[in-house]
Amino acid sequence: MSSLASDAWKRLCRNRAALSGMILLLLIILACIFGPFFSPYSFEEQDLFRANEPPNADYWLGTDAIGRDLLTRTLVAGRISFAVALAATMVSLIIGVLYGGISGYAGGKVDTLMMRIVDVLYALPFTLFVILLITLFQRSLVLLFVAIGAVEWLTMARIVRGEVLGLRQQEFIEACRVLGYSRSRILLRHLLPNVLGTIIIYITLTIPSVMLLEAFLSFLGLGVQPPMSSWGSLIKDGVGSMEDYSWQLLVPGAALFSTLLALNFLGDGLRDALDPRRKGAE
Amino acid sequence: MLRFVFHRLFIQAIPTLWAVATLSFLLVRLVPGSPFASEKELPPQTMEALERAYGLDQPITVQYFRYMGGVLQGDFGPSLKMPGRTVSELIATTLPISMELGMLALLYALVVGISLGVLAAMRPNGPGDSISMGIALFGICIPSFVLGPILALVFGLWLNWLPVLGWSDSAHRVLPVIALGSIYAAYIARLARGGMLEELSKDYVRTARSKGMSEAQVVLRHALRGGILPVISFLGPAAAGLLTGAFVVEMIFQIPGMGRIIVNAALNRDQFVMLGCVLVFGAFMVLFNTLVDLLLAWLNPRIRMGEAK
Repeated sequence: MSSLASDAWKRLCRNRAALSGMILLLLIILACIFGPFFSPYSFEEQDLFRANEPPNADYWLGTDAIGRDLLTRTLVAGRISFAVALAATMVSLIIGVLYGGISGYAGGKVDTLMMRIVDVLYALPFTLFVILLITLFQRSLVLLFVAIGAVEWLTMARIVRGEVLGLRQQEFIEACRVLGYSRSRILLRHLLPNVLGTIIIYITLTIPSVMLLEAFLSFLGLGVQPPMSSWGSLIKDGVGSMEDYSWQLLVPGAALFSTLLALNFLGDGLRDALDPRRKGAE
Repeated sequence: MLRFVFHRLFIQAIPTLWAVATLSFLLVRLVPGSPFASEKELPPQTMEALERAYGLDQPITVQYFRYMGGVLQGDFGPSLKMPGRTVSELIATTLPISMELGMLALLYALVVGISLGVLAAMRPNGPGDSISMGIALFGICIPSFVLGPILALVFGLWLNWLPVLGWSDSAHRVLPVIALGSIYAAYIARLARGGMLEELSKDYVRTARSKGMSEAQVVLRHALRGGILPVISFLGPAAAGLLTGAFVVEMIFQIPGMGRIIVNAALNRDQFVMLGCVLVFGAFMVLFNTLVDLLLAWLNPRIRMGEAK
């Protein structure tokens, strides 16, 4: 296992696009976490006399409609965007891996039924379902990532189920069964670690799509609520004033774009590194 | 084939639709809290009168059968927040506009995506491949609510080439369709490239080439049919994404589609409007997915053989 991981790591570091994606992503995350501490402004500090200023020496990326520093706001909003993306991905990961693992390991009728349910859910307009959940419950950050996670687990479940289904025929699982290990021990300690590579690949694909969904909802005013803001809500504010103050749209837009770009590079690289057989297939 | 159609329609599509409707209805009606609860407290008598007027005081089973009976006749109930408006009427006036936007964007995504993908697959790792996949990567990273405003800013406000707001003539359709469809064009380009690469490496393609067929003929007449199978499978998710993605594009370009109705319903907690929209979208998705499956089965006989037994 460890040699597999270090091999994969070496392959990843040789891939220039993946490496630059990883570095860019690290820089963005570090800037979001530590940047606001070094900023002379807080994310909600207003200076109405200096509203709508273009980028200048005092405000490196300009100010918004009520004179708040856009750089600080973008960094603080990034924290929220990343936090929601990670939390929602975790929710979808836990549901998807357990569901897919159980389905694949159980096999037979249970498997057919469980996958049939996934098929039914697949046919739903996900985003609308998240909006429905948001309509019914009080809007909050926790609801936001639970709702997103609750609709994003389907693909994960399918992928894990497929892998487990293949693995459970193999001899080492049969050996576990002969040794009298319990089902949950076989599933958690022996089957899932073997699916880990696939899970990691899929996580890097889930994070950007979750991030997009959060930004989409915040853009519509259904996601993160003021005074908090995420990149989606900053972009929404920017659209309102883009005719005269285009940087208010471009700054948070660029932040979201570069994060998605970095995640995509990293995801493609990880896929090649962890699954060399598929290299070049996509 | 007939058996496959029958199976797909009556064993899968219709039960799915019923499950979606029941699940959403129960979710909406069983979550605690009256739909009329708002910031300003209403007197309990008013609350009761309102619930009675909309039939919400009845037992849940009665409400369920009444609602489902209505839905079968195309009646999705009244709006709870806009007195006098019915959900069916709200949907009927806005759905065609959202549909048109979504379908145009899908068409644009297919044409651009497949062209880029095929171009890339013809010379893997050549300049055409790098450029196409570079464009695709760029497209995947710019969501419609960033691309839309930027397009509006550059082509509408700065260059003044195209109108930005409204939906009255065909010039109004250009920017929203590009904004909405580009990200899907990018996904389709990647899928088409992968599918075409696999198809072009097969034996029959080598045979066709050795017969002296031109590369264009090999690609367009033979490989394309198998190579775009991954794209066809992606059509279902793409249509779902396009329809919901249309909300933000409608907001940006002020298009009078379903987006505003859904967002307002969510903000005002207008339950029946939300429920109606979920059902209409669900029905559309199930129908579309069924059509996609039939198309796939027609293009690839192995699929219908596997499922019919």
